[in-house]
Order: sequence, then C-alpha cells, then structure tokens
Amino acid sequence: MEYISIFFQYVGQYLKTRLTYRADMVVEIFSDLLFQAVNLVFILVVFGHTNLLAGWRKDEMIFIYGFFLVPFSIFASFFNIWDFTDRYIVKGEMDRILTRPVHSLFQIVLERMELESLFGVVTGLVVMFYAGDKLGLEMSWYDPFIFTLLVIGGALVYAGIFISLATIGFWSDSRTDIMPMMYNIGNYGRYPVDIYNKVIKYVLTWILPFAFVGVYPSSYFLEREEWYTYAFLTPVVGLVFFLIAVTLWNVGVTKYRGAGN
Amino acid sequence: MGKYIEMIRIRFLMMLAYRTNYYSGILIYSINIGAYYFLWSAIYGGKENIQGLSITQMTTYIAVAWMARAFYFNNIDREIAMEIKEGKVAVEMVRPYPYLNMKMMQGLGEGIFRLLFFSVPGMIIVALVFPIELSTNASTWLLFFLSITFSFIINTQINLLAGIATFFLFNNDGLIRAKRVVIDLFSGLILPLSFYPMWAQNVMSYLPFQGISYIPSMIFTEGFKGSQIYEALLNQAIWSLLLIIPVYGLWILAKRQLVVQGG
Repeated sequence: MEYISIFFQYVGQYLKTRLTYRADMVVEIFSDLLFQAVNLVFILVVFGHTNLLAGWRKDEMIFIYGFFLVPFSIFASFFNIWDFTDRYIVKGEMDRILTRPVHSLFQIVLERMELESLFGVVTGLVVMFYAGDKLGLEMSWYDPFIFTLLVIGGALVYAGIFISLATIGFWSDSRTDIMPMMYNIGNYGRYPVDIYNKVIKYVLTWILPFAFVGVYPSSYFLEREEWYTYAFLTPVVGLVFFLIAVTLWNVGVTKYRGAGN
Repeated sequence: MGKYIEMIRIRFLMMLAYRTNYYSGILIYSINIGAYYFLWSAIYGGKENIQGLSITQMTTYIAVAWMARAFYFNNIDREIAMEIKEGKVAVEMVRPYPYLNMKMMQGLGEGIFRLLFFSVPGMIIVALVFPIELSTNASTWLLFFLSITFSFIINTQINLLAGIATFFLFNNDGLIRAKRVVIDLFSGLILPLSFYPMWAQNVMSYLPFQGISYIPSMIFTEGFKGSQIYEALLNQAIWSLLLIIPVYGLWILAKRQLVVQGG
C-alpha cells in the first residue's frame, strides 16, 4: 500500500520537473514518434522490394510492430536502467538509495521513469488497428484480456533482460557498451523467427527472449496457429525472467561496496 | 598541434583502461550483424540483387556500416550537454584552448580506440562467420579510410550542434535522441539509400547525412564505381567545410547567452 502512495508522489514530482522544460518534453515525444516512424519506414521500404517475408505479408509485419510498441513503451517508461552503472554505481548514488527504507530497485524505477514514453502505447494501438483492419481481423470479447496479459508478459521480458544486465554493475563497475546494442537486438524479436538460423532463433527464444515481445504473442492475434504454444508462454517467460532479474538484483545489492566519492 | 595530439592520447588511454569490456561488445555486435544477415537473406528470398546490390554486397554493407559506426560515433553531444547542466562548461571555457576543438579531439581519441580494439577484431570475426567480400584492391581501402575520416568530421559537427543547443534549451535529451534517429535513418546505416523511393533519395541528396554512413559503405562494397566515388568524396568534403559555419555561428551566440546553472 505504502509503495502505491510513494509511486503517486513520485509521479507528481516528476510531472513538475517535466513541465519546467516544456520545450524539451515536446521534442522528446516528437523524437519518440520519429523513432517509431523509422521502424515503420524500414518495413515499408523493404516491402517495396518484396511481397512476402518468409511467408508473412506487409500488413502482418506492421501489426507485429504495432503490438511490440505497447509492451516496449511500458518498459521504456519505467525501466530506464540502461545507464545504471554510470549513474548509480560509478557516481556512488547507490549509497543514497540504500539508506532509504524502500526496495532499491523500486526506487530506481521511480527516479528514472519517463512517463512521456507511454505515448507509444497509443501509437502502437493505432498501428495495430490500422493493420488489423487491412487484414480483416475479427476481435472477440476476450481478446482485450488476452492482449493485456501478453503485453504485461512482454514488458516483463524486457524488464527482466535489462535489469539482469544492469546487475553486472554490482560485480564490475567498468563501462560496457552492451546496453545500447541490446536495444537493437530487441528489434529482431519483431520478425518471424524462422528466418534466422537455429542459434539466433534459440537465443531470441530462450536466452534473450525478445521474440516473446513481438512475433510470438502477435501470432495469436494473427491466427498463426503454429505459434500458439509460444504465444501463451509469453506471460510465463516474462514472469520467470523478471523473477530471475530481481533475484540477481537482490544478490547483487549485497555485493555492492560503494565507489567512494 | 601538440596539445591536440595529447588530448587524443589521453582519451585513448582512458578508453584503454576499460578495454576488456569491449570484447563482450564485439560478441553483441556480431549477433546484431548476424541477425541482420538472416533478415536480409529472407528479404532477398532468392533474388539475385536488389537495386544493384547482391546479397553478399548487402551483408558486407551492413557489416562495414556498423563497424565504421564504431569509429565515427561518439557521445560528445551528451558530454557537452552534461557539462553545461553541471556548470563545468564555465571552467572548460577558461582553459587556453578552444572548447569545441578539444571536444572533437576527445571524440577522435575515442574513435581511434574503437577502430583498433573493436572494429578491426570485430570485422575479422564477422568475416569468418558470414559471407562477406573484402576488397583486395588497395585503392578501395585507401578511399574508404579517407571517406570515414570525413564521416567522423560530419558526424562530430552535427554532434557539436546538438550539444551546443543545450545552451538555449537547457535540457535537450529529446533533441539528442531525435538527432540520433535521424542519422540512423538518413545516413544509410539501416538501409542503403538506394533502396528508398526516388523522391526520398532526392531529398536526402541535399542533406549531409549520407556522408556519414552510406558513402563510405558504398565505397567499401564497391557499389560505387569510377567517377561516382570521387563525386561522393567531394560531397563529403564540401559538407565537412560547410558545417563549420553553423557550428561556429551557434557557438558565438551560445557564449553570449551562457547561463551557468550551477557548478
């Protein structure tokens, strides 16, 4: 309960700081839109040269992208921990976090949230409805519930992977350039995984399970029955990866020695 | 001149201290290029070539585009923004060398480090795993290196512009991010520019971004032939000179309205 009230207090403070730099906030939302457009442009340009991608049509690829945007935006709003090592470990900020009586990961989530990224949820839904309409997809009454479940699963997958990577900082405080690159690898989960060879397919399914944020859950809505098992595994995979990440985090915190200042 | 070489050296040594982590970076890069390779194989789907590039050339294009990015890419826009926000820029401006030149030299130190410890080993690994065609023509390599030098200059000038904008906006994370996206798309890193529809290619030919990634990558894959190469290099050279004007113009304006927020 206490955590919920803390959450809303942080949101209140966040809005105040954001409204101080209004021009930047507008640019930021605009840059998010631009970023989302880039990926659409990629799909459109590629399909200007081919009709099918491993048996998938253009509108199906666009639909997958729209779906992907929803869990990704939720992740991007709350889990900005790609620069955790620099920001908290190297600069000794973690000391401050650890003196407070709230779970350290929760504090970092609150401090680093970027609520304007939630705008991506809207973009994602618009893209999905546009593509779904073109594909003539029907919606049942229970689809919104399944959608919510799959979106939560997908967001947890992303969060799990990035939190796990951030915990490396507890053991080694030297710089890694892995995080920005991970965002790129995340994009590959949006394409039908059968185009990759076995190694990459395996990596995208079980090691860095980005496929559970894109092609697997979307295949449920696209009625690709061969992937249904994977589609329904999404929440499970999300939960497992998130729990692993939190466990790693809790162990990592005990190893934290402080960087001195 | 001596002081600039020293700046490059210091930044190089700073990066060297963290070199072990770069090996994990190479692995991630390889996975990235690998995934791209399969994606493009699926896109080609048996076609001989698209827009004059064969699948081998396409793979080479992607590999070299990403490896060259390690050289020209730097975070000096973020660094400048950080120094302005923290008020450090006031001290930096007192020092007896031009601030912008120093930033550029630091970027160069970083770039040379990544070229030697990241791109070269990375390229060797990628070339072993994927069907990539490395030119055996010495002049191609020479022109390529000339071309990525221009890439570095153009990209750094754009970074400086984005960084200096912090003087006016105070907080410009959004602008820096937007700039990165625009460069990824318009520079030809994600897609060779020749894949775009004609009207888009026309627009992009008037912008400096193609000089960042498309031109060096096309030179390397030998997608450009004969006079095309020299026209492309000339284009890069002109932009490298032209961009000096806005950088210095904005810098002069920025100094006038400097507000140190803290320090």
